[in-house]
Amino acid sequence: MSEEVIQKEPLFSPKNKRLIFNPLSKENPITVQVLGICSALAVTAKLEPAVVMSISVLAVLAIANVLISLLRNTIPPRIRIIVQLVVIASLVILVDQVLKAFAYDVSKQLSVFVGLIITNCIIMGRLEAFAMGNKPWPAFLDGIGNALGYAWILIVVAFFRELLGSGTIWGYPIMETLGLYKLGYENNGFMILPPMALIVVGIIIWIQRARDKELIED
Amino acid sequence: MFSNRYIFIYSSVMVIIVAAILSSAAMFLKPYQERNIRTEKIMDILKSVNIETTKKNAEELYARYIVEEYALSLDGEIVSIFRDNNFEKGNIRAFDINLKAELGKEDQLKAGKGTDEPCFPFYVCNKDGKNYYIIPLRGKGLWGPVWGNIALEEDFKTVYGVTFGHKGETPGLGAEIANTDFQEQFFGKTIFNDNFDFTSVKVVKGGAAMLPPAEQIHGVDAISGGTITSNAVSDMLFDCLKNYVPYIEDQVKK
Amino acid sequence: MQELFNIFVKSIFIDNMVFAYFLGMCSYLAVSKTVKTSFGLGIAVIFVLGITVPVDFLINRYLLSQGALSWLGEGFAEVDLSFLSFIMFIAVIASMVQLVEMVVEKFAPALYNSLGIFLPLIAVNCAILGGSLFMQEREYESIAEATSFGLGSGVGFFLAIIGIAAIREKIKYSNVPAPLRGLGITFIITGLMGIAFMSFMGIKL
Repeated sequence: MSEEVIQKEPLFSPKNKRLIFNPLSKENPITVQVLGICSALAVTAKLEPAVVMSISVLAVLAIANVLISLLRNTIPPRIRIIVQLVVIASLVILVDQVLKAFAYDVSKQLSVFVGLIITNCIIMGRLEAFAMGNKPWPAFLDGIGNALGYAWILIVVAFFRELLGSGTIWGYPIMETLGLYKLGYENNGFMILPPMALIVVGIIIWIQRARDKELIED
Repeated sequence: MFSNRYIFIYSSVMVIIVAAILSSAAMFLKPYQERNIRTEKIMDILKSVNIETTKKNAEELYARYIVEEYALSLDGEIVSIFRDNNFEKGNIRAFDINLKAELGKEDQLKAGKGTDEPCFPFYVCNKDGKNYYIIPLRGKGLWGPVWGNIALEEDFKTVYGVTFGHKGETPGLGAEIANTDFQEQFFGKTIFNDNFDFTSVKVVKGGAAMLPPAEQIHGVDAISGGTITSNAVSDMLFDCLKNYVPYIEDQVKK
Repeated sequence: MQELFNIFVKSIFIDNMVFAYFLGMCSYLAVSKTVKTSFGLGIAVIFVLGITVPVDFLINRYLLSQGALSWLGEGFAEVDLSFLSFIMFIAVIASMVQLVEMVVEKFAPALYNSLGIFLPLIAVNCAILGGSLFMQEREYESIAEATSFGLGSGVGFFLAIIGIAAIREKIKYSNVPAPLRGLGITFIITGLMGIAFMSFMGIKL
């Protein structure tokens, strides 16, 4: 039975490719599905924590999707939310412990926001909407796709905020190297403050929807 | 489709598996995490005597520069001495003292509730043939704890260096206490006046220039917009340093 | 007493859950289409935060943090269960939300109908878990401080969501560029509201 399925559907069939690539644009979890904004924006003042956060979410989402998908026929519907929460929370605790052990500085910067991955609606949303009804491999791809869709927004926002706010990229003082300070350029400290993250996301949404008219809301 | 019995068994099995995985992960990773915290503490202590360290050489430099660790009582008695990896007296290592707990004991004692005698950590650092004395600090900021280390020169009153850290002060305002620009203001200030009365170093709103000229040596400029955090640093310095006054006065008399 | 009031005011205005930490954004964006539903969600959040933060405070103090179990006996003094805090907090929150849901359904069916599917959403509302995690991180010293922080954060969220809902109701009549309509303009307005709230930072407490 399972062999048949594999024959019918190669690992990267067009359908599976869509699972990865759709969340990057048309079904982007942040700009279109409006999920997972909570824990996302606060870590975007600098590029490094944004990337670490993205990797953490990627790991948690992909693994949780696979686990739930494997368990999907055994989970009693009445306690499925609890089961999902337990799986997510355990994975997040593991991620947190690993970060504390091997990336202590970044873990201090992320502080409570690692824990808030638990309540990241992308994860609950994908588990409930996709993993509960699909096989592990598509669920894995779906997890990767959505996490990447989340990641690129995070990284773009962090890139602009760090570049314009601190004049650095990944800690490298790019503006100083270019000699812009001598020309009278100054860092815009405003970019580091929380409200600007929202406005940058708003602008990303604007650009995305201007290019893809289907997404426009009435 | 699923009986209650099944649900119970299912959840119990899940809880057991999760508990096993999490506790083994915690046990396995604990040493790494503790080493990170320890390294950070060492780097912080050494930074207060202006020694730059990296994660790799922190332990080595600590062993080279920090020659003695004392634990002091409230009256300035030396409770224990730790030198060359050996206890010469007592059995409390300054490095292992949890300052927060000791300050708590002190409060309890003053309120007449507790009877536990607090003891305070004190480090002697030898750098380029000179002794420096390092005192750890801990207090309460706007949002959470603030902490740091202050290093005094051989005369026990001139500040040689400081470090401050914080958990959640407002970025751009209170969080500035962790910046070198703020910390460098403390260099050369004194915590005792000429008659050797304890004055501490105050963080002055509006700038140290607001103080009378004779007192300017005991004050630094506050962070504009970060008044509460600045006051917290002032209070922390006063509260922590005052516990060492008896010991320092003894030493100076000698 | 003054300390408690300070924490309360600080967590409403200066460290607003939504504007300073982006917590609770999902439900903030999803439910803020009309003032009426936002009002219900806001009240529910205040209520749940006001309960879960102190409960989690007790759990953290007497079960999880290092040395917390010393009341069980000397042998437990060194036990450190803080790695379990995420899972404990989320469990407390999930059960409290369930409780609130049942209470609301029983005593205010109208509110229950209008909140519809959003009450379960509170369980995965970052503002609630965030409240508990900030409480742990900021090391509040007494249950009274934790409670006033929880209530203050709830009121902060309430103000934010009522504000944005009122603006969104009005903005329907404005000529917003098509690609910005809906989500885009909501983000930007939230950002502007955040900037306005930043002026509270100057409050001297």
